[in-house]
Amino acid sequence: MMDLTYFKHRFDELQAETPESPITGLRRESLLAFDRSGLPTKRSEDWKYTSIGELFEKEYDLKTDDSPDRAVTSAAIDSMRLPGYLEANEIVFVNGHYIPSLSTIRSPSGQLTVLPLEDAATGTYREVIQEHLGCSSAYIKDGIHALNTAFIHAGVFIRIAKGIQLSHPLYFYHFSDARQHPVFSQPRSLLYIEQGANARLAETFNTLGTSDSFTNGVVEVVINDNAMVEYYKIQNETVNANQVSTTHIRQTGRSYVHAVTITLNGGIVRNNMNVVMDAAGSEAHLYGLYILHGQTHVDNHTLVDNVQPNCTSNELYKGILNDHSTGVFNGKIRVQPLAQKTNAYQTNNNILLSDDAVINTKPQLEIFADDVKCSHGCTVGQLDENALFYLRARGIPKSEAQELLLQAFSTDILDQVKPELLRTYIQQLITERLTDHRK
Amino acid sequence: MLSIKNIHASVEGKQILKGIDLAIQPGEMHAIMGPNGSGKSTLASVLAGREEYEVTEGSVTFLGKNLLEMLPEDRAHEGLFLAFQYPVEIPGVSTTNFIKAAVNEKRKYRGEEPLDAVNFMKLMKERMAMVQVDQSLLSRSINEGFSGGEKKRNEIFQMAMLEPKLAILDETDSGLDVDALRIVADGVNKLRNENNAILIITHYQRLLNYLQPDFVHILYDGRIVRSGTKDLALEIEQNGYDFIKDGVNAAAL
Repeated sequence: MMDLTYFKHRFDELQAETPESPITGLRRESLLAFDRSGLPTKRSEDWKYTSIGELFEKEYDLKTDDSPDRAVTSAAIDSMRLPGYLEANEIVFVNGHYIPSLSTIRSPSGQLTVLPLEDAATGTYREVIQEHLGCSSAYIKDGIHALNTAFIHAGVFIRIAKGIQLSHPLYFYHFSDARQHPVFSQPRSLLYIEQGANARLAETFNTLGTSDSFTNGVVEVVINDNAMVEYYKIQNETVNANQVSTTHIRQTGRSYVHAVTITLNGGIVRNNMNVVMDAAGSEAHLYGLYILHGQTHVDNHTLVDNVQPNCTSNELYKGILNDHSTGVFNGKIRVQPLAQKTNAYQTNNNILLSDDAVINTKPQLEIFADDVKCSHGCTVGQLDENALFYLRARGIPKSEAQELLLQAFSTDILDQVKPELLRTYIQQLITERLTDHRK
Repeated sequence: MLSIKNIHASVEGKQILKGIDLAIQPGEMHAIMGPNGSGKSTLASVLAGREEYEVTEGSVTFLGKNLLEMLPEDRAHEGLFLAFQYPVEIPGVSTTNFIKAAVNEKRKYRGEEPLDAVNFMKLMKERMAMVQVDQSLLSRSINEGFSGGEKKRNEIFQMAMLEPKLAILDETDSGLDVDALRIVADGVNKLRNENNAILIITHYQRLLNYLQPDFVHILYDGRIVRSGTKDLALEIEQNGYDFIKDGVNAAAL
C-alpha cells in the first residue's frame, strides 16, 4: 500500500542521494502540496468521474534506483517500436526512468540536446529548468500531479535549437516492466523548443508482462516564438495498464501547436492536455479519438488558457464506446481579461454502441474578456440507422456496414495524424479494433 | 419474378398497407401511383427490408424465394434494388469504395471472385458514361453535399453498377428539374431489358413521359384500387386523384 508515510520515507531517501539543485527545491514544495491535497477523490470536481484511489492500494515495486536486474533489453522492446523508428530519435523510459543506453539520438547535437533532467538542472540549462520545470503545477493542483513533481528523478530534458527543422521525429516510449511485480512509474520530461524550431513528437506507452502497471507521467513543453510542434500521443495498452498522463504545453512566443491523442485500450486512463496560450497570435489544434471496449475507462481533460489576445484554438474529440467502457470529456476554455479577439472552438462527438457504455461530457467556458468568439458543442448518439440501412440495401452486410460508418466517424481525427507512417499504423489499429468482434 | 400476395404492413402500430396483390414478370415495367399517404413508400420499404415496418399478413416471393425472411443485404444480393427517395449522406465514406464494396459483396454471395482494381475501374467508367455521371461525384463522400439531382443520378449509377433483376424507383422524379429528369429516365431506359423488371413509385405522371410502363396501378389507403395501362396515368394527370378517392369512398359507404 502506498500511503503518505510510505511516500515521505521514499522522498527522504531520494532527496538524500541528490545534490542540491532547482529540482530538489521543487520536489520539496511538491511534497508539501501532496501532503495538503492528498490523492484526488470523486469529491473533487476535476475527478468526479474517475477514481484512481484503488490503484494505490496495490503493492508496487517502487525502486527509485536504476537497478540493472530489470534487464529490459533493446530486443525486448523491438516489437513495440513505432513505425519509422529507424529514422527517429528514440527516447526510452523504463519504469519512469530515462535510459540513455536504450535510447538513440540521431539528430546532431547542434540541433537537439537530450540530457538527464538532473544534469540539465546543474549545468548549462539550469536557468531554463528553473524557469519552466514545474509550471504545470500552477494549473494542476491535485495531489497526483504534485506526487510526480515531488519525485522528479531520472527524467529527461530536451531542447530543440533555434531555427532547426528537426528532420528526425522524437519518439518517446514509456515501458513499464510488470513481468514480475506490479509497477508504479512517474516519468517526467521538459521539452524546450527554441525560436523558429519545428518538431514532430510521438509518445507511446507499453507494459511488459501481465502484472498491473500504473504510470503517472508529466510532459511539459515550452514553445518559443515562431516555433511549431506536432504532438501525437498513442495509448493502446493492455487492460492491466493504468495511467495519468499529463501534457502541459506553454506557448511563450507566438507559435503553433497541433496535438492528437489516440486511446484504444487500457485500464484506467486519465489524460490532461493543457495549452497555455501565453503569446498573442498563437494557434493550437487539439484532437482526440477514443475507441473503447471491455471495462476500459478513459478521461480526457483538456484546458485551453487564453492569456494573451488574438489566439485561435480548435478542439475536436471523438469517441466510440462499446461494452461496459466509460469515458469522460471535460473541455475547459479560459479567456483571461487581456485575451481580446480570442477564437476558441470545441466539439465532442460520441457514439455509444452498447446500453452499458457511458460517456460524461462537459464543456467548461470561463470568459473574462468581452470581444471573443467561443463555441462548444457535444453530441452523444448511436449509429445512424438510415445510413446503416442504405449500406445494407446495397448488399453490404450489417457488421461491415457498421465498421464502415465507424471508420468514417474516426476519419477526421485520423486525418490529423500527419506523418503517413504513423497514420497508417493507427489506421491499422483502429481497423483491428473495429473488426475485433468478428473473431 | 415478384409475387406480392395480400400484404398487410404497419409501422409503429399503425396499419398502412391493407392487402396488396401484385405480380411482376421479367421484362415488365410497372408504375405505382397514388396520393400522399397512400402507402407507396411503405411498400418500397417493406420490399427492401426496412426493419421498422412490420408485415402482419401476406407473403412476398422473389425469384421463388420468400423475400420477407431475407436480410436487406441478402435481398440486394438476390437482385433487388431500391433507388431511395431520400438517398442518405454518409460523410467519410468514399462513393467509389462504397460501390466497390457493394459490387464485391454481391459477387461473393454468388461465389464469384472479387473484381480487381483494373476491371472495377473499367466497369465504372463504362457505367458512368451510360448514365451520364461525372467522375468528380464519385471521388466525394457518399451523397455528401450533392444536389437533389446529383443524389438521384448517383442512385441510378449504383443501379447500373449492381445490375439488379428488380429495381424499385421510389419517387426518383421528386426534386428533379426537367434536364435531370430526362437524364435519369434515359439511364433507366438503357438499363431496361427482357430479363429485368422495374417498379416505379411516383406521385406524378411526369416521369412516365420518359418511361413507358406496361402497367399502372393506383394505390389508395393501403390498397391497389385500380390497375390499367399507361392511359390510367394520363387520366390521373388530367383529373387528379380525387375521382379515385371519391369512387373508393362511395363504394365503401
